[in-house]
Amino acid sequence: MTIAIALAYLVAAVLFILGLKQLSSPKGARNGNFTAAAGMVIALLATLPLLHFTTAGVTIILIGVAIGGVVGVVGARRVKMTAIPQMVALFNGVGGGAAALVAVAELLRFGEHPTFTVAFPSVFSIVIGSVSFAGSMVAFAKLQELMTGTPITYPGQQLVNGLLAAAIVGFVIAVLAVASVPFSFVSLMVLALVLGVAFVLPIGGADMPVVISLLNAFTGLAVAASGFTLNNFALIVAGTLVGASGSLLTKMMSDAMGRSLVSVLFGAFGKVQAGAAAVAGQEGRSVRSASAEDLGTLLAYSRRVIIVPGYGLAVAQAQHAVRELADVLEKRGVEVSYAIHPVAGRMPGHMNVLLAEANVPYEQLKEMDEINDEFKNADVVLIVGANDVVNPAARTSPGSPIFGMPILNADQAKNIVFMKRSMRPGFAGIDNELMFDPKTMMFFGDAKESLTKLVSAVKAA
Amino acid sequence: MNNELLNELTFFVLAIFVGIEVISKVPTILHTPLMSGTNAIHGIILVGAIVIAAGASSPVNIAIGLVAVILATTNVVGGFVVTDRMLEMFKGRQAPKTPESK
Repeated sequence: MTIAIALAYLVAAVLFILGLKQLSSPKGARNGNFTAAAGMVIALLATLPLLHFTTAGVTIILIGVAIGGVVGVVGARRVKMTAIPQMVALFNGVGGGAAALVAVAELLRFGEHPTFTVAFPSVFSIVIGSVSFAGSMVAFAKLQELMTGTPITYPGQQLVNGLLAAAIVGFVIAVLAVASVPFSFVSLMVLALVLGVAFVLPIGGADMPVVISLLNAFTGLAVAASGFTLNNFALIVAGTLVGASGSLLTKMMSDAMGRSLVSVLFGAFGKVQAGAAAVAGQEGRSVRSASAEDLGTLLAYSRRVIIVPGYGLAVAQAQHAVRELADVLEKRGVEVSYAIHPVAGRMPGHMNVLLAEANVPYEQLKEMDEINDEFKNADVVLIVGANDVVNPAARTSPGSPIFGMPILNADQAKNIVFMKRSMRPGFAGIDNELMFDPKTMMFFGDAKESLTKLVSAVKAA
Repeated sequence: MNNELLNELTFFVLAIFVGIEVISKVPTILHTPLMSGTNAIHGIILVGAIVIAAGASSPVNIAIGLVAVILATTNVVGGFVVTDRMLEMFKGRQAPKTPESK
């Protein structure tokens, strides 16, 4: 590697770090993304002079960049804001696949007897990259609802996954110790792909963000490993940065959900017991439902209203409607704020993105710690398409799968308005006591239509 | 262990610490954009894909190189564009756009 290229890589690495730093404040975040992108361009341009191109090489690079560029831009531009999590999963998966392929190509180039320092990182990259690719595709399919979002479990599943992992370790040893016949890479890749699928299948939709974040960190590590194979500093530094920060982010996310990473990955969320409890809980109990007019009057004559948005709001594309309601309320002098649970939506921060899209003022978005003491002063809490994040079972019933998760204190408000499509339980698949609270009024229907009705009701009040 | 590997290991270990340190102060609301941003950064694998594709001559290598470049480009381009789309919305109220009709 010449000095000029090494220096360019150094500049790129600094830009990546600065970019990540800028991404940590709302004001600098967008610039941070540009900074990182600039680092990427520098790293790419610096690489080119190093290479000896064959005609075929130039052709496939041009074709590949053209196809990938179009897919990337069109995919990223067209995707609805609600579908962001699965898009991130998809982009992450292809990165993992690319890392695995780079390692395969490099191992093939070394032929029969690669040194350990080439073979070890290559094999690592192939396994981790393939797991990340296959796992991300399953995560994508679950979130896109191409397949069921509920955990898929069967007896002896942990054993099967354990055997798969053991088989992979066996293969790794075989590849490293015996010989690098192409056949063994293929088997290794296939096994790792199967493991990726098997690993994500038992994880439910609610936990998917944590899994995507984890797979994101995996891809980072696979990229770093490919960097060791190619002796490329840019890959090592950038991949490791992502691997490390992605791991921390994963932990932060599972902490926000009040669950340990181990229970997210291997817990399968006890869906059978929870389902039974949900059915039993609803028997012989009634909820109070209210008309749009009643609720409009209630809201119009309140002093403080707190809105708790959830994934249902995102699904119904109701972020503009909720802003409209907040606007008419504010015009009447009602104080409106939004309580954002750390995992509202399907990823931490997802709800902020959606509400920002509807031009909801940044200052009205309150994080959980900031607003939890204010619920008792609120006249009305309006729960729009959220469920688990306000479920008191997280505080009161130790047997519940969400026990211990920090929740919003919606139950302390003077009136609770629960806007939902139906009585169906939330992502965690458990019953919500709050719906049966005497202070609670249910308002059934599609979130967007319901909000529009409320807007006219408030105007009329 | 040769010098180059030693250097690489040094970078690797230091990058772990920097990676953890640099995001430890990120507010919850930026977690999704941050995940998406780091996702774009591991698109650096495009550098690796170009390196292996450049010298490809056998059919197997050409196939692997082509797929690797497509996947890596999708990762890097899609990653940055989708992150930008998310962050575009954080810019505040002072520039009210015409609301998109959906």
